[in-house]
Amino acid sequence: MRDRLNHSLRRLPTWVIYLLGALPAPWLFYQGLTGGLGVEPIKALEHEYGKLALQLLVLGLAVTPLRKYVGLNLLKFRRALGLLCFFYVCCHLAVWLVLDVQLPGQIWADIVKRPYVTIGMAGFVLLLPLALTSNNRSIRWLGRSWRKLHRAVYAAGLLGALHYVILVKGFQFEPVIYLALIVGLLLLRLPFDRLSAFLRPLRQRA
Amino acid sequence: MAYRWTNDLTHDDVTPHGAFLNRRQIMTGAAGLGLSALAGGAQAEQALEPNSWEDVTTYCNFYEFGTGKGDPAANAHQMTTTPWSVKIDGLVDRPGDYDFQEILSEMTLEERIYRFRCVEAWSMVVPWTGFELADLLAMAGVQSNAKYVAFETLYRPDEMPGTAYRVLDWPYREGLRLDEAMHPLTLMATGIFGKDLPNQNGAPLRLVVPWKYGFKSIKSIVRITLTDQEPPTSWNMSNAREYGFYSNVNPEVSHPRWSQATERRIGGGLFAKRQPTEMFNGYGDEVASLYSGMDLAKSF
Repeated sequence: MRDRLNHSLRRLPTWVIYLLGALPAPWLFYQGLTGGLGVEPIKALEHEYGKLALQLLVLGLAVTPLRKYVGLNLLKFRRALGLLCFFYVCCHLAVWLVLDVQLPGQIWADIVKRPYVTIGMAGFVLLLPLALTSNNRSIRWLGRSWRKLHRAVYAAGLLGALHYVILVKGFQFEPVIYLALIVGLLLLRLPFDRLSAFLRPLRQRA
Repeated sequence: MAYRWTNDLTHDDVTPHGAFLNRRQIMTGAAGLGLSALAGGAQAEQALEPNSWEDVTTYCNFYEFGTGKGDPAANAHQMTTTPWSVKIDGLVDRPGDYDFQEILSEMTLEERIYRFRCVEAWSMVVPWTGFELADLLAMAGVQSNAKYVAFETLYRPDEMPGTAYRVLDWPYREGLRLDEAMHPLTLMATGIFGKDLPNQNGAPLRLVVPWKYGFKSIKSIVRITLTDQEPPTSWNMSNAREYGFYSNVNPEVSHPRWSQATERRIGGGLFAKRQPTEMFNGYGDEVASLYSGMDLAKSF
């Protein structure tokens, strides 16, 4: 079953993922224009794009653990997931800048003064070099440092989830789920074998 | 005593539901032809863009039914509003459970068209039907040592799916200083657009304090208590740094996470422009004197 799934996934071209992944962007914009997102479409569109970015980020972070623990190989699609995530972060940011805040003076004030905006922008800035180096030439050119550079996605993921958690009013469930998923996927990357080897002498001493 | 205050917004500022689109088309047409000046001043027209029945009834904050703006409209039908009674207690001469119908029979209903400004920096214009809170308080007889009024929303978990999560410490609580409560602008609303309040808007009886952020205008009230102490209020209990007891609309005092200098009128679509927020939501002439000598940046 798993092998058959891996086999058919290998035959699925990545452009299908790019296409299916990008389609919600114009669709949601159209919905916003025509009343499908309710009577306040600006915030709704901003939130939809932001959530899609977080969902794609979770999917991207799930690729390695899925391969390691489940044997499901999605490696081929990881770049598409990452670039689509960045695409939705850009859409989210564009809606915030152009449709939501509108006033250029206010934008800078918000970035400096409002922690949730600062955190969100930091996440965006971290993702920028990753998106720019998500191509074969950069991988060849950067060699081993490419992998190090792309670990910045861990920090970006945490920043993105935190951005959502502290933006809502009161204690709400949904943002916490994203944060928990991202933290969980990062924890699965801890080198448990090396960790237990490191802890063993400490435990013996205690 | 009804009719102590008269509207400055008129029926021209509200769209009878249904005629909404037509009116908007006519307005845009007029503006395009440069006729807006004839229609009473371009700026006034822009500032008073009306809200529709759909705007008012589908975009709500009523966390007992969920935190999404559409959740109250989807879930509030589960709330039973008949029979309904309001417990009025504390420092009053005639404490007791007041039946909603009995209250209605004693009150004169009037229409009030108010601007409504949410702490989340959006706004609407709503045509309320209701009576002044002062008249209800007079019914119960306020004692001379009372200084504050506390309000409580219905808390009925089996009819309120949102209360499964402790977004706030239920039941929802709000409060006013007695002079704010007695102010002629302070309304107990029973309807919108000439109809009974839809459940998602706080049926059957809610507070409307137009110069304060919307969360002060507590919905579906089951208890009113007169006290001599400032009562605890839900959002202040949840986050005192962000939500003060007074919560007067004030463009100069930011919410720690966003500016309150501007607002977006609901219903303007995807390209709606922000507009400046007015001090006391434009009701400064009526209410500023309540706060003379107070530092509104501290008592926010």
